[in-house]
Amino acid sequence: MGRLDPVFARARAEGRAALVGYLPAGYPTVDGSAERLAAMIDSGCDVVEIGVPYSDPVIDGPTIQAAADVALKGGFRLRDLFRVVEHVASAGGHAVVMTYWNPVHRYGVDRFARDLAAAGGLGMITPDLIPDEAEDWLAASAAHDLDRIFLVAPSSSAERLTSTTAATSGFLYATAVMGVTGARERVGSAAAGLVARAREHTDLPIAVGLGVRSGDQAAEVAGFADGVVVGSAFVSKADEVAGVRELAEELADGVRRPVVPAAQT
Amino acid sequence: MTDKKDEHEPDRHDPDERGHFGPYGGRFLPEALIGAMDELATVYEKARLDPDFVDELNRLLRGYAGRPSLLTEAPRFAEHAGGARIFLKREDLNHTGSHKINNVLGQALLTKRMGKKRVIAETGAGQHGVATATACALMGLECVVYMGEVDTQRQALNVARMRLLGAEVIPVKTGSRTLKDAINEALRDWVTNVEDTHYLLGTAAGGHPFPMMVRNFHKVIGQEAREQVLEQAGRLPDAVTACVGGGSNAIGIFHGFIDDPSVRLVGLEPAGKGIESGEHGATLSEGSPGMLHGARSYLLQDEDGQTIEAYSISAGLDYPGVGPEHSWLKDTGRAEYRSVTDAEAMDAFQLLSRTEGIIPAIESSHALAGTLTLGRELGPDGLIVVCLSGRGDKDMDTAATYFGYTEG
Repeated sequence: MGRLDPVFARARAEGRAALVGYLPAGYPTVDGSAERLAAMIDSGCDVVEIGVPYSDPVIDGPTIQAAADVALKGGFRLRDLFRVVEHVASAGGHAVVMTYWNPVHRYGVDRFARDLAAAGGLGMITPDLIPDEAEDWLAASAAHDLDRIFLVAPSSSAERLTSTTAATSGFLYATAVMGVTGARERVGSAAAGLVARAREHTDLPIAVGLGVRSGDQAAEVAGFADGVVVGSAFVSKADEVAGVRELAEELADGVRRPVVPAAQT
Repeated sequence: MTDKKDEHEPDRHDPDERGHFGPYGGRFLPEALIGAMDELATVYEKARLDPDFVDELNRLLRGYAGRPSLLTEAPRFAEHAGGARIFLKREDLNHTGSHKINNVLGQALLTKRMGKKRVIAETGAGQHGVATATACALMGLECVVYMGEVDTQRQALNVARMRLLGAEVIPVKTGSRTLKDAINEALRDWVTNVEDTHYLLGTAAGGHPFPMMVRNFHKVIGQEAREQVLEQAGRLPDAVTACVGGGSNAIGIFHGFIDDPSVRLVGLEPAGKGIESGEHGATLSEGSPGMLHGARSYLLQDEDGQTIEAYSISAGLDYPGVGPEHSWLKDTGRAEYRSVTDAEAMDAFQLLSRTEGIIPAIESSHALAGTLTLGRELGPDGLIVVCLSGRGDKDMDTAATYFGYTEG
């Protein structure tokens, strides 16, 4: 059983997709990020991904790179992350952490998992850790009852979809397009195909990320996925709490009116 | 060029099938790139056993790159090294002026085998960028080179060379604006364009199969050097020295001697303004294990796992990571790693120029400086082969400023 299963089950029962919103801890400040993440929960995010600012964010586009830079220049430390997680969890939010692997490796994988669980976090998304290299995380996530959310991409082979979904719990993160993070005009058509392929290998809920920025796009993705992940769009609205609130409301409306995809021709 | 020993054949120094050298190496990369890494590994594994591939590569190395490179004794330089005999492996004489061409020709051939039309690369000093632009011109491939903005300024001549060769050079303005950030930007390009693009990584680092593959393309340095030193000196050297940034020339020359236990393998890292200043790039000497750019290896990082920016007067050594096999060689004790300051390297740069009439790259000057020290330790009976990985033409601006040659 995944820690996030009830969240996705409830969304499914309501005939909608779950809304997953991302913001890096420490952006614009540590307290500011906690406040915004709580507002995102409050305004309709079913789950929040709390990002860990990292010096070498190779799969992030300019928006999240810049935010990580602000956080690190502002003195962000890993211990601040757990404080933010605790704030969100104690406000009743479902929080997972999204992080490049080196900060976790350096902190100590088991120690990180322990502190994340103690803060009330439910799992971790690991964009540059594949299950093949994740032995210690598989053990630590089991020991501390955390979801391990791995990613699949349009380029993932059937063999890799099998092994990756087998190692995943909570939900499967499908990257909609080949590319770095960042809001896009259109969510790639590859996304629906990837979700369909992944479903042949797993019953896990599947959330689609990379590129969603509007209610209409959320509605479109909700038509074929169990969850809609929104990252850069939240970051670019994070100057003001009202900005993330407004966006969360628009997206929460979007995931509640899924657009059933036209039949494939 | 010798056909007696095939440097491409699998041997006991290869990593495991997932690319691990002991606890180092592997693949710490986004899933989106794993398909391309698998494809590259498959195509490479097939090519390394294919006589047609090996012949074609050898033909290019001989007829285009100018191999075998010379092994030149440096007696006047050696007078400053306690009288030990010193031989220079002259990678500076290769076409494009450094060892980088060995790897680039191999990977460019693989790019064609994969049916890809576009090549991207990172570069620090510009040597790898120039070599890549050269191979792409030769083979009709589109070429984009990412280079930190700081490096485009200190290596302006190489930027012009790449552009002349038809490559697009993109200055990278993020982070420290040096080699590390150029690699980040190249990875971002690759994850977006992986379908038609090969990332022609320039050092023996990154995710599997890059560290093994790049090493194998550079093994020719060590194999030639071993044969040449036996012929010229009649015996194996006491030590082989090379500079280590990412570590590709070092791993190439080390492997010629790795099965000769009497030969010490000594890597020289940049100590920059001095280890105690904190401004250096001595990853193996001062770092700790972590992940950067796709592999587990030694890394300059803070206690939260954030990368610490490296510093060196030499753009090619200014990197906070290092190839994973060097980490393994350090831990097993087969190789030893020392560091050399900017000042020591620049002294050796000038000394080789004035004693032998050979202007070395500042990168290679780190190996030369380490060789002077090691020679004094070994005494007059010592014999050292040093990898002169590149020539110093590109460094004239830096040198002229450093030594004040342009003043009145």
